[in-house]
Amino acid sequence: MNPSTQKNSIKVAGHSAISEGKLTRWVLTTIALSFLILFLLLPLFTVFAEALRNGWQTYGKALSDADGLAAIRLTIIASAIAVPLNLIFGVAAAWSIAKFEFRGKVLLTTLIDLPFSVSPVVTGLIFVLMFGASGWAAPLLEDTDIQILFALPGIVLVSIFVTFPFIARELIPLMQEQGSDEEQAALSLGANGWQTFWHVTLPNIRWGLLYGVLLCNARAMGEFGAVSVVSGHIRGETNTLPLHVEILYNEYNFAAAFAMASILASLALVTLAIKAVLEKAHGLKH
Amino acid sequence: MEIQLSGISKQFGQFKALNNVGLNIQSGELLALLGPSGSGKTTLLRIIAGLENADIGSVYFDGVDMANTPLRERQIGFVFQHYALFKHMTLRENVSFGLRVKTRAFRRPAAAIRARADELLKLVQLGGLEDRYPHQLSGGQRQRVALARALAIDPKVLLLDEPFGALDAKVRKELRQWLRDLHQQTGVTTVFVTHDQEEALELADRVVIMQKGEIAQLGSVDQVYEQPASPLVFDFLGDSNIIAAQWRGDVVHVGDSAIGAYPSTANTAVLDEGAVDVYVRPSDLRIADAEQAGIDVVVNSIQRTGPIVRAEVSFAHSTFAQSHSTLRVELPHLHHDVPRFQTGATLRLRLMQFSVFAPQTITPVREQLSAPILIGRERERLAG
Repeated sequence: MNPSTQKNSIKVAGHSAISEGKLTRWVLTTIALSFLILFLLLPLFTVFAEALRNGWQTYGKALSDADGLAAIRLTIIASAIAVPLNLIFGVAAAWSIAKFEFRGKVLLTTLIDLPFSVSPVVTGLIFVLMFGASGWAAPLLEDTDIQILFALPGIVLVSIFVTFPFIARELIPLMQEQGSDEEQAALSLGANGWQTFWHVTLPNIRWGLLYGVLLCNARAMGEFGAVSVVSGHIRGETNTLPLHVEILYNEYNFAAAFAMASILASLALVTLAIKAVLEKAHGLKH
Repeated sequence: MEIQLSGISKQFGQFKALNNVGLNIQSGELLALLGPSGSGKTTLLRIIAGLENADIGSVYFDGVDMANTPLRERQIGFVFQHYALFKHMTLRENVSFGLRVKTRAFRRPAAAIRARADELLKLVQLGGLEDRYPHQLSGGQRQRVALARALAIDPKVLLLDEPFGALDAKVRKELRQWLRDLHQQTGVTTVFVTHDQEEALELADRVVIMQKGEIAQLGSVDQVYEQPASPLVFDFLGDSNIIAAQWRGDVVHVGDSAIGAYPSTANTAVLDEGAVDVYVRPSDLRIADAEQAGIDVVVNSIQRTGPIVRAEVSFAHSTFAQSHSTLRVELPHLHHDVPRFQTGATLRLRLMQFSVFAPQTITPVREQLSAPILIGRERERLAG
């Protein structure tokens, strides 16, 4: 049998030895696509559709509302503090786990995942119990004017707690895979610790780091449960974007609620887009 | 630079990687650390570099204790097994790295650094590729970049960890020759780790054979090859046939036939007259003349593999018990003995060169190799 007839016979059978039949492929693809449309694209579309239902003017007005602007500002400030702190923590944790052997390494690795497994509401509650009027940490702050709960510090604290696995989780496998040969090479060539980090380690992890920061930021801005517990819902003061969306919704102000929600949704879309570009450009996930 | 190691011990968990190792490395020599996996050779190299600290013992560079001198101040050119090139830097940036990170007071002007990097890349025959990235190179080229990068800091000593391990046979041969030439040009004290005895014997001035965290033998290439200190060393340096024998008077007998005088070069510490083991390489067995002493054998099979003809033979007289009933013989394919090796033929073989050791139930090194004891990074690498 020459190769061309062999090829034909495979075609007749409808599938080759290494791929599934046409029907299986079609069914699987249909299932996946319908789920995607039903549960992801449609709701996302609805957000924007509802937000713009009453025209651009209403949309613009909803966004420029004083309380809305305050919510956006607060969200940005909280993330602007939480994300850099988690950046430092994430790099330090990933570095120590990937490149050193020490007692308690397994414990640290497990603890990093804790925020993933604790319900955000519980997280918020933990901080209320700590810093509330009868909390054990309250006496520490008694003599100062520092207000933790129902204020920015509380929001920042829970944001940090909720988002701290993101960057470390992204970096640990990356750094483990890379090992420490390059760092050792740099040291043997006379570089000091800082030069080694800046010229060798950082360039090797930059895309993973950026990706981790994006995810961390998206979650920090979108966090609802934990922030809701500690914020106190003071309009124009301690409402973050997600909280503000809920308040507007509960007041039957749907257009404004969806307008605010569309900002969060856009943030998610931009994050995904940047992530896709990064992965394509740099083969992040191989 | 002269390097002295004294009483070096290192333990990883329960595993003793190095046990009281002492070694003097002469200035300008090319020294090989040879041994099977887990013998401690890489650990020793890393301790010299300062990449690991010894639990006990000291490292001296020109008589100065290096205990408090960190890696970055030792001025060592270290070439990693997997090159460890900086992936995101061009070749020029890689090679010039060691010059660029110097403090301002010692740093040369940018133009001079660039010129030096290009000069080194030319030296390793990679001129014209200055702006390429490591991933655009072949394994052999990467290895040469790693060498150029290590040479850039004018190292007092060059340490290479399995430098040619990941390369194919032909490239490996070329690089060996090239490293040998480079060493002659620069005269830098050079220590390299290898598990390939051919590489060690071909390249080094002196060879250190490591075994289970200790130095099994140290000597020139000829010394270790011709006068191996132990059965393990003999076995590690090449193929071996082991023959149970008797030592009476000054003569070694196999069964009833005398096979030769007791070798004057043999390690005498082990032996009393009586039962001994004779170790002989397959390539040191030749057909004896009629009147010569030797072992009578029957040819079982013959195998031609290009330049070498291999034969398997068994003892003609089974009157004495042999632990190994067959012997392997290797001949160059044009050797005049070859035509007489016919399956079923009875021949008398003489031992051109052999070693004698106390009889023992040894585990050949090769068998240990199949289940190596892995340490630290090697184990992690395999697990990962």
